[in-house]
This record gives sequence, C-alpha cells and structure tokens, in this order.
Amino acid sequence: MSDATLQLYHRQGRRNALLVGVLGLAALAALLLDLVTGPAGLPLAETLRALTGGEVARGTRVIVWDVRLPVACMALLVGAALALAGAEMQTVLENPLAEPFTLGVSSSAALGAAVAIVLGLTLPGLPAVWSVSGNAFLFALGALALLQLLGRIRGGGPEVLILFGVALNFTAAALLSLLQFVASADALQQLVFWTMGSLASAQWPGVVMIGVVLALAVPFSFRAAWKLTALRLGEDQAKSFGVDVAGLRRWTLLRVSLLAASAVSMVGVIGFVGLAGPHIARMLVGENHRVFLPASILTGALVMSLASTLSKTLVPGVLLPVGLVTSLIGLPIFFALILRGRRR
Amino acid sequence: MQGLLARGISVRYGTRSVLEGLDLPLLRPGEVTVLAGPNAAGKSTLLRAIAQLQPHGGQVFLDGQELSHTPMRDRARLIGFMPQSLPSSSSLVALESVIAALRAGDTLGARQADATAMAVLDKLGIGALALEPLSALSGGQRQMVSLAQAIVRDPRLLLLDEPTSALDLARQVRLLSELRRLAGEGRIVVAVLHDLALAAQWADRIVLIHGGHTHAEGAPEQVLTPQLLAEVYGVEARVERCSHGRIMVLIDGEHAPA
Repeated sequence: MSDATLQLYHRQGRRNALLVGVLGLAALAALLLDLVTGPAGLPLAETLRALTGGEVARGTRVIVWDVRLPVACMALLVGAALALAGAEMQTVLENPLAEPFTLGVSSSAALGAAVAIVLGLTLPGLPAVWSVSGNAFLFALGALALLQLLGRIRGGGPEVLILFGVALNFTAAALLSLLQFVASADALQQLVFWTMGSLASAQWPGVVMIGVVLALAVPFSFRAAWKLTALRLGEDQAKSFGVDVAGLRRWTLLRVSLLAASAVSMVGVIGFVGLAGPHIARMLVGENHRVFLPASILTGALVMSLASTLSKTLVPGVLLPVGLVTSLIGLPIFFALILRGRRR
Repeated sequence: MQGLLARGISVRYGTRSVLEGLDLPLLRPGEVTVLAGPNAAGKSTLLRAIAQLQPHGGQVFLDGQELSHTPMRDRARLIGFMPQSLPSSSSLVALESVIAALRAGDTLGARQADATAMAVLDKLGIGALALEPLSALSGGQRQMVSLAQAIVRDPRLLLLDEPTSALDLARQVRLLSELRRLAGEGRIVVAVLHDLALAAQWADRIVLIHGGHTHAEGAPEQVLTPQLLAEVYGVEARVERCSHGRIMVLIDGEHAPA
C-alpha cells in the first residue's frame, strides 16, 4: 500500500518535471515565433539561416541579430524575472496578490523614469541611452529598500510589508501624475510610452544585464525551494522545521528586488506577468517549490514571449506596447484556468 | 538532568503581560503532560515559548541544554511542534508537506525522506490521504497530517497545541494512544487540552495555568478537584471516581465569582 502510494507520488513528480520540460519547449517555440514575426516579412528559412550564421543578405543579418533577437530575448528574460519575483514574493509575504506591481516597485520605477524624462535629473556618469533605465532601476530598488526598512522599524509580519507596499504604490503614482502634469508635450508622450511597457528599445547590453541578474538569482532560489515550500505551511511550522524564516524573507526579498528592478527598468511597467505567471504555474504543478519555481519562470517567459509576438501582429503595421498585450492575452487564459478549477 | 525544565517564562504582547515568570516542574521523559486552563491563560503562548517560536524571558532547558542557545537546526531535531491548525489554502499534498518537515531544515536525501514521511502517514492510519492536497482535507484530517509533520523528525520533545480539537472520537483515541506510545519510548510529551475528561484519562500530569502562572500541578486526581476548578474556571464541578480508579469531572453550572 505505502510502496504503491510512493510510486504514484514519484510518478506525479515525473509528470510535473515533464510539464516543466514542455513549458520550456513552449517558451523556446514562442521565442522562435517571436523571431520570425516582424514588419520586414522575412521568410522563416531566411531567419533561421541568419540565426545559424548561414549566408544571408547583410540587411537580413542586421534585422535578425540587432533588432529582433535582443527584443525576443529581452521578452523571454523579463517574463522569467517578473514571474520568479512574483512567485517568491507571494510565498514569503504569504499573500497571493503580492508581485512587483502591487508592491509599488513598478510605479516607483516609472517615477524614476519620469524624473529622468521630465526633470532631466539623471545619474552622473551614465551614458544618455541608459539614463532612463538607470533612474528606474534606482527608484525601484530604493522602493524595495524603503519597504524593507519600514517593515523592520515597524516590526510585525508580512501583512505590514504589503500595506506599506500598497501605500508606496499610491505615493509613487501620485508623484508620477504630478510630473506628468508639469511635463512638456514631448516629455509626456515619451513618459506615457515608457509606462505602457515597451520592448522596442531593447539592446544587447540590457539583455546581458538582466540575464546575469537572473543567472545569479536562480541558483539561490532553487536552493531555498524546500524552505519556501515549508513556509506555505505557516511561519511557525517552517520555524519548527528548522528554517530561519526572518533570514529567508530578507534574502528572498533582496533577490526578487534585484530581479524586479532590473526587469522593470529595462522594459517599463508590465503588470500581470508577475501575478499570473506564478498562479498559472501553481495550477499546473502545485506548490512544491522545487517544480513550482521553474514552472513559474518558464510560464512567465512563455507569456511574455507570446505577448511580444502578438504586439507585432495584433494590429497590422502597428507595434503595440507589450504591457497592454500581456494583460490582453494573459487575462483570458487566467480566467479560463480559474473557472476550470484546480487540476489537482 | 533528563527532562524539560522551564524557569521564569515571561511573555508580553505589547503592554499586556501574558505570562509572568511562569515555572514548570521538571517534566520527565516517558510522561504525558497536559497544560490546561481557561481561554487566554497563555497555554499556547507557553508552548510556543518552549518551542522557541515566541520571544520570551526566562529559560527553557531540555536535558540540561538551554534551548535558546541551541542552533536552529539542532533544535528542529529535538522538538516537534504541532500548531492549532494548518493553513487550509495550500495545494501541497499531505505527503509533500511531511517531506518538507524533513527536508526544509536539513539536508536529507530524497529517497530516505520520501520513505520516512510515507511510513509516518501509514503509522497514523492516514496513508490513504498521502496524495490529497491539504486544501481538500477536512480539519481533522489536516490535524492528523500536522501530527505527522511534528513526529516525523523523531523528536525528543513533542509539543502539541490542542491536538484533538477537530478530531472525531476514534481519531482522538488514536492520537492520544499514539502520544502515550511515543512517551513510552522515552519522549517528553506536552499537550494543551481543553477537554478535562480526556486530560484526566490520558495525562500523567496536569499543569493548570491561570493568570500567567502555574496555578497547580500534579497527577490528574490532585489537580482536578472541585476547589481548584472553581478557582481557575469559576465553575462548580463534581469529581467522581469511576471503576479502574479513573476520575470524571462533572460540571454542574456557573459558580458565582467570589
């Protein structure tokens, strides 16, 4: 009886691993799809030849390598980073609504961007192309640091952090409105586009940067998987299992702060992925973080990659802000999954 | 010195003092001790303080070792804690949650952890629930899973907060006889129980907590007396002796507070 149950449990484990693999393949397929769509109308074979270093026209190579590939990679990485950040935030703050967006990280980044665009205040020594992203990164990280500091001063549990996060969100939004109010027409347009979230300005250095942050964060996240799983049973339980809950919270929040700040500073405000990525993953594979975290990362990457493709094709000849599209395609999937109920 | 000793335990919530220098007698291995007392007497707080889940004044010694100085990981091997309830929203399956109890604080191999966790569920008679999500279990079933999480690390000290509150009659007996068996193997078992009839039947020792102090302690027949029950609960009670030397507490009604 118990052997049979264990076998069944291990079979479920393999099924979940397989699901994660399928999500990974789907994300790769979405990346390819993203690469072959675009206004230049390159045929698939031509694109693939350019990718594999084959003989193609110089213009084709430039389009594929310098325009489409950084955008497609950025979409994938930003989706992965936001979903991982959301997944870990939801667990350590014990709240299913926690994500970079709801905690004010995104609006703080937008405020940072506005300070650069409208007031022209930027970090000294940073090249001009990086000034907006640099400010956004600084403000996003600052918001999360402030959040942790306030939480530390006030004491108390994660609900305090969430309340501060919501307050921060509104504060940043109000200040952003103020800047929009005083902005020139040009600056206002630039700012509005930034806050809608856009992949169009993705460049290789940015892709590399977010890739490095992700590569640094992921091993630590995976190492903490059982600790995070234990935290789903309540703080007392995790502590009695031998988990240093305060330390786990602190390190996890530091990790996801870096992830969220880099993602948001690169592409602007993109809601939904950080919230829905983890929820979709949870419905697919459950809450054991050893599969839940990879599944969240890949779901986020997949959703964002599909959104990038759709942003080019939804309205022919128009590149929609990707932040709008994530909500447009993500919401129906999300509703469908909620309505269908849990699979397990 | 073998056993659990608590000295001068104090806990404050804000300005409200819950425990004021509470002392516990030496609780020896092999004994089942029941903490009883009115609501808000601080029983759960005391349990959490002993488990080092609650900042507190005073000292707790387990086999002569002061627990607040014991590294967290070692403490997790020494103490099993069963909370009043598990969150009902988790989609973790029962078996996974018990494996987490083994692997979250320790570097235990997957095979060994899986088999150990499954064996504990079987021993408690809930092997059939192993693959059910916690959210799909009843309150009583979750309580049994929670017991499995508490005992799976084979701890020396077992602390249980109202372990029978959601259990039916059969499961109450199952859980309490399991506690007796665990104590019989040389463990120290401390449980908060509200049901004085259960306490009288299963405990070696009852500690009555009232007003932030230990009001009385001793064998059930020493503690469950009409006078002590009136002092602590403010109810008028009769204590009857049945066959086999068992005692029964019969509550007649409210006692006019003095």
